[in-house]
Amino acid sequence: MRHPLLSTITGLVVVVVVALVIPASGQAPKPGPAARTAKTYTAPKTPWGDPDLQGVWNDATSTPLQRPANIGEKGVLNDEEAEEFQASLAHELTRDRRDGGNAADVNRAYNEHWMDARRLKITADKRTSLIVDPVDGRIPVLTTIPPDRQKIRASRAEAAKRFAAGLPDDYTDMSWPVRCVVRTDVPPYLPTIYNNNFQIFQSPGYVTIGPEMIHSARIIPVDGRPHLHKNLRQWLGDTRGRWEGSTLVVETTNFRLDEGVLFQNANPATFKITERFTRVAPDSINYEFTVEDPTTWTRPWTALIPWNKVDPDEQMFEYACHEDNFDIVHFLTGARLREQKGER
Amino acid sequence: MSLRRTIPLISVVAAGVVALVSFASPSLFGQARAPSGTQLPATYRAPRAADGHPDLNGIWQALVTANWNLEDHEAQPGPHPELSGAYAAGPAGQSIVEGGEIPYRPEALAKRNANFQNRLKVDVSSDKTWHALGDPEMKCYLPGVPRATYMPFPFQIVQGTSPYILFAYEFTSATRIVRMDWKQEAPTDSWMGWSRGRWEGDTLVIDVTGQREETWFDRAGNYHSDMLRVVERYTPASPYHLMYEATIEDPKVFTRPWKIRFPLYRRMETNVQLLEFKCVPFTEELLFGKFRKQAAR
Repeated sequence: MRHPLLSTITGLVVVVVVALVIPASGQAPKPGPAARTAKTYTAPKTPWGDPDLQGVWNDATSTPLQRPANIGEKGVLNDEEAEEFQASLAHELTRDRRDGGNAADVNRAYNEHWMDARRLKITADKRTSLIVDPVDGRIPVLTTIPPDRQKIRASRAEAAKRFAAGLPDDYTDMSWPVRCVVRTDVPPYLPTIYNNNFQIFQSPGYVTIGPEMIHSARIIPVDGRPHLHKNLRQWLGDTRGRWEGSTLVVETTNFRLDEGVLFQNANPATFKITERFTRVAPDSINYEFTVEDPTTWTRPWTALIPWNKVDPDEQMFEYACHEDNFDIVHFLTGARLREQKGER
Repeated sequence: MSLRRTIPLISVVAAGVVALVSFASPSLFGQARAPSGTQLPATYRAPRAADGHPDLNGIWQALVTANWNLEDHEAQPGPHPELSGAYAAGPAGQSIVEGGEIPYRPEALAKRNANFQNRLKVDVSSDKTWHALGDPEMKCYLPGVPRATYMPFPFQIVQGTSPYILFAYEFTSATRIVRMDWKQEAPTDSWMGWSRGRWEGDTLVIDVTGQREETWFDRAGNYHSDMLRVVERYTPASPYHLMYEATIEDPKVFTRPWKIRFPLYRRMETNVQLLEFKCVPFTEELLFGKFRKQAAR
């Protein structure tokens, strides 16, 4: 599907929400990742002896990254609470509603059909946030950003404001996802309104993750080779993996220095991400990531997102984002017309 | 051993190898040597992958210049020699088309020639004519098949035990999933098409349908319609080579099916890996620059 605009709007909402709910969090001791991994299930092995993660997996969920303020301190809900939480999130997220008047209802419902219906359910373990560390389920407070980075951030914020107002000056006012350069194919993999599928391929010495969003295969060597030299940076960074028991541990470095590629505008020069993939059931992978960036967050934080196996009949299909990205021209020509009419 | 004594010894060994090759060539190398190049051994049997089929895993790259033109072409200046001198100039190359020329229908040949004339033009001001002008490569579009195979970038084959083989290309991070022994037809058209594979002996045969009509075969404007069908054949020819062959069929554009054929070379650097060629940022100014707000009104 090709709807860069709508995913952008969601992106903006996420950013706004994140900005509003930055917590004054008490720091809690960190439970080790291993403590959260099921131990009763052993993943099948490939013929060459690696745990077998192959298949098409989907990470959609309505469970928010951060625990909503109104939910209190509870990290895991009981059945009744979970039902209520899920219903209230689904009500907010769905476009298929009848409470906005005819025009708004029709517009919204029209868009529901191409969005991922799986995004309306909370995680099976009934958590109130995808973040598991810190225990308050919130992104740690931001560090004091140095003035030069603040200046860049402010200029990006101005550009985003022009874009949100329908008056972008230039294509450079648009975010990388709108420009189809990178989207949720950049780690950490976070659920969004559509294209939440990932197909995992394995061959001796490699695990390869093909995200549905754009089409960049992340080819992960698991043969112990060193990272690219630090002079060579990439949009998706440079990824190396290793097996720790049945868990694939993936470290990614060498991100390009462009502003706005990484989550919450983290600083590519100091950003570090470790992802852990553990198959915990035939139809489920625990995807856990820890990000740290001492020049963005006051401490590392970790989220756990279940990946659920997709029915093999449901094939992943090409997502060509840039090729028909009419939106860019519509936004820009629309802005020029509005200027001519004196709207700015 | 002194240098003086070594040289004659090497010569003797070399002469022996030449003699052996001459005598053994019919069985060891299949065909007699063609005058223009070396033949790959016809009897090569590739190591098996975990799925029991020939192991095609690796990073491969074509060395032909077909991305400039599938047919014979002379060296040519770049599009703006006044700006870039010899930098963007194109190399000469021989046709990879069996028989030399693509069997165009007459009206289709005219369109090919027009494509070439318009290869550097772009106009995205209307959704309806968005794709009408310009080489899709210049616009950083997914290149389609077979062009992805002979662009001057490597690609990686990821072959495990699942019914899927992944082809990942460095150019614009294009990928295609090859579905093995798959019945379902393409659900709709896509830029890289719908690839269904099968093994014929040691050859991986891929039937590619459902390709968007807007892709081109090369910078010379060679093109196809929405009727395109490409049947590719990847045959291991040595530990370091795959022979690539594709049969191209499109009754709207060509008078008959035609074939291209060239070897793919294994990339042998010890640290080789696919890197990124995310070219969208390289083409945005060309596509979208003219819609920018003008400084003074």
